Amino acid sequence: MTMGDAPNHHILSVLVENRSGVLARVASLFARRGYNIFSLAVAPSEDERFSRITIVADVDSSPLEQITKQLFKLIDVVKISELDPRTSVERELLLATVKAEPERRGQVVELVQIFEGKILAVGPDAITVSLDGNPDKLDDFEELMRGYGIVELQRTGRVALPKLDREARVRAVKGKAS
Amino acid sequence: MKITGAQALIKSLEMAGVEVMFGLPGGCILPAYDPLLDSSIRHILVRHEQGAGHMAEGYAHVTGKPGVAMVTSGPAATNLVTPLCDAYMDSVPMVAITGQVPTFAIGTDAFQECDTVGITRSVTKHNELVMSADDLPRIIKEAFHIATTGRPGPVLVDVPKDVLQNTMEWYWPDSVDLPGYRPNTKGHPRMIREAAKLILASERPVIYAGGGILKARAADALRELAELVNVNVVTTLMARGAFPDSHPLALGMPGMHGNYTAVTAMQKSDLLITLGARFDDRITGKVPTFAPEAKIIHVDIDPAEQGKVRRPDIPIVGDCKQVIEEIIREIRALLHAGETQADTSTWRSRLSGWREQYPLSYEPSAPGDALKPQYCLEVLRDSCPSDTILVSGVGQHQMWCSQYWHFDHPYTWVNSGGLGTMGFAVPAAIGAKVGRPDKLVWAIDGDGCFQMTAQELVTAAVERIPVKIGILNNAYLGMVRQWQEMFYEERYSEVYLSQDVPDFVKWAEAMGCVGIRVDSPEEVQPAIDKANEIDDRPVVVDFRTDSREKVFPMVPAGQSNDDIILPPAQQALRTRGA
Repeated sequence: MTMGDAPNHHILSVLVENRSGVLARVASLFARRGYNIFSLAVAPSEDERFSRITIVADVDSSPLEQITKQLFKLIDVVKISELDPRTSVERELLLATVKAEPERRGQVVELVQIFEGKILAVGPDAITVSLDGNPDKLDDFEELMRGYGIVELQRTGRVALPKLDREARVRAVKGKAS
Repeated sequence: MKITGAQALIKSLEMAGVEVMFGLPGGCILPAYDPLLDSSIRHILVRHEQGAGHMAEGYAHVTGKPGVAMVTSGPAATNLVTPLCDAYMDSVPMVAITGQVPTFAIGTDAFQECDTVGITRSVTKHNELVMSADDLPRIIKEAFHIATTGRPGPVLVDVPKDVLQNTMEWYWPDSVDLPGYRPNTKGHPRMIREAAKLILASERPVIYAGGGILKARAADALRELAELVNVNVVTTLMARGAFPDSHPLALGMPGMHGNYTAVTAMQKSDLLITLGARFDDRITGKVPTFAPEAKIIHVDIDPAEQGKVRRPDIPIVGDCKQVIEEIIREIRALLHAGETQADTSTWRSRLSGWREQYPLSYEPSAPGDALKPQYCLEVLRDSCPSDTILVSGVGQHQMWCSQYWHFDHPYTWVNSGGLGTMGFAVPAAIGAKVGRPDKLVWAIDGDGCFQMTAQELVTAAVERIPVKIGILNNAYLGMVRQWQEMFYEERYSEVYLSQDVPDFVKWAEAMGCVGIRVDSPEEVQPAIDKANEIDDRPVVVDFRTDSREKVFPMVPAGQSNDDIILPPAQQALRTRGA
């Protein structure tokens, strides 16, 4: 499976109050409509009172509009922006343990270096690597590693912010809900 | 001043202006019931927690003030889920206080523990688990603010027992700080101007008034707008009373069981001036065929309603009252500037033609035949003052109430519209009577509905809350029976309740009420007169009605409003005419 953006992938950046239960509220709005959250990342924002949730969801535009409006209605949601991948910076982190028998280790290491990844641990016939970057790059790397044999793999949800001086392209959804 | 969390809770409720609450104590909420003894708040002890919730709703419906219910943890909290969901669907301001197991026991499957905030998350506007007594005043203040502003709704506050027992330094916040909650009440000026122009330009306009009119206390503004531009008004099930039925511009209720003129006016309209309504499926029928030629002005305080079902041409997010007043001002300015209104006379004569041709009607019973439910309602309507509060359950009787009653005042109609909660009527009527003791309160219930929550009449009898309940008793789950007759080839499956069990008169008497049984048309008037004379206890009138009677008109579920089925006599005429 590739992690690249299917046409109906949308990225929502949701600023929420940093308190218990908020993630459950946000997630259940997707769940009750039968939509899957593709990737999710949550962490405190620049203001410790708020956290930023980056959601990549597999939803058509029209139900997404309804979900966005419903998200707005949550008391703990302060701001929502839908980020256009073309005008946003997106990053993800990948950790993987890849089979690397001595005779193929050189090839794996070379690929890791090409992708500017880091080697975190080396075992007799496997290595653990980390790689960050935009999701497409991680997809490509993952695809290549598959040929050597992936023992374990974990990707974070993606985080995203609008690119600088392109504010106009951030579709900030207007009208805070009741 | 150091006080306990329990004292802080009750004091906060007093500060929030609570005069009455409905509840039932139990283990975890016990500490809160002690300071209640010294409080100015009247507490009404219910017989089942669901009753407390619906009473709070009934109270809120008629007073506009938030209804308050307080119950304990676990099963008490789960019993509140239905009323919370009901209040959420119908945007009823309500604050529920639930007890919770002590903070140290949360998550241990303690006795009477349940994940109340988890369970109620999707049926409340907001909910909150209080983890420290210090937070109580702030959270209670926020709860009332959230419940009553914007689009109103239920808010639940879950309070662990140790939070009630711990002490805190008393304070009362003078404002709320909710950065994520800023309801927009003022409509966009450009949209308002556009709306005013469109209203003047339209030849077949209809005002589609919903429950938001009542929530925004906008009935006067609505009337002013309708009269200013001479536009007819349909009032949805949630808006009955928002515009007087006796007004020449009133078209009554649209929708699945709406009258022909209201349904067809919307269908053929070129402009639906939608005010605090939400294009519910019971109104639109099959959405793609709904009002195909109509442009839509949609005024709603909830942005999520804009475009949820039908994409509006002019969306206006704001408080109905404020926005209507702005639109009126704008129309006046346009007219003053020389703009003229399109000619709507052809349209209005079409409407009056339909009204004459297809009035609401039923076949009166022949002598010796079973009693017609509509007849009972007509007699009741004509025997009560026009500001009587009418409460109903859910089903056929609810539709007949909405059809045959004449609502001439706002806040005189209380029902469960969105969720369709059978069993709503008895407790909601009690709550309504508590809120408006000066008014006559009648609940019309079905025999199926009544059996779900009748025990609250014990509460009413003990607390001396003299509500009147009329049961339209056809021994069936009538609406389901109607669907089985019409759409399941008369294969009646599990809808027959029983002709003689329970004996409603004896049951009423056992609960401390007066019970009256009515079998024939001649007995209707005397029974109602007798009921209206009793003012010291609840009355239950068991009207034994014709089980074959169906609600017409009817738009079958999922079909177009154009396929409306009229009462048999009119349907025959219409088919012949076509």
